[in-house]
Amino acid sequence: MTIQKFAENNEVKFALEGRLDTVTAPELEAALKDSFEGTTSLILDFEKLEYISSAGLRVLLSAQKVMSKQGTMKIVNVNDIIMEIFEVTGFSDILTIE
Amino acid sequence: MKELTVEAKTENIDIVTELVESQLTELDCSMRSLVQISVAIDELFGNIAHYAYKPGTGDVTVRIDVEEPRTAVITFIDGGKPYNPLEAEEPDVTLSAEERKVGGLGIFLVKKTMDDMRYEYRDGKNVLQIKKKI
Repeated sequence: MTIQKFAENNEVKFALEGRLDTVTAPELEAALKDSFEGTTSLILDFEKLEYISSAGLRVLLSAQKVMSKQGTMKIVNVNDIIMEIFEVTGFSDILTIE
Repeated sequence: MKELTVEAKTENIDIVTELVESQLTELDCSMRSLVQISVAIDELFGNIAHYAYKPGTGDVTVRIDVEEPRTAVITFIDGGKPYNPLEAEEPDVTLSAEERKVGGLGIFLVKKTMDDMRYEYRDGKNVLQIKKKI
């Protein structure tokens, strides 16, 4: 997976490419951890993300819990296959997806 | 039928996924089924890699068969601790982010996206099989 980070003022955006799975989820977790401080708007761009497994969902849930306390988090450009995974697991109700 | 035996470690998930994807792509598998099967491999192989032989290590054999009508059958065989993932407690997917626990989601996702999932402990081995129409 490739992670690109764009930061401006208090807004941080990550563009993810590839697969968010058991092997790559810790990479996103580490990148997010380094970015939470002072961030009030977190955007995750899934345009080039192929799929997500439960390891990725866990990272998103943890990030949502942090961001709920200090600002907002949204996920953009979610493809149909990933959206179905969000719906099956109830994550579509937890996350802000645009 | 194709079969592959590798050490049960997460670094080998990619090798297994590539083998299964190459087999299914030849069969003109839909993108949706292909992705759901890849996610299932990540969940199931990942679980075996994390827990089956803990704290040691061992092998996993993964077999891919195709049954008529157009159904992929993937079997995971390991000689680790007996563990039936079908007996795992299901997560409550209606809870809010604050209340949600992180465990159990992977198996739940596999159950929901595959057409069939069965487990047996046979000859000292865990045999876990998923089926998915392609």
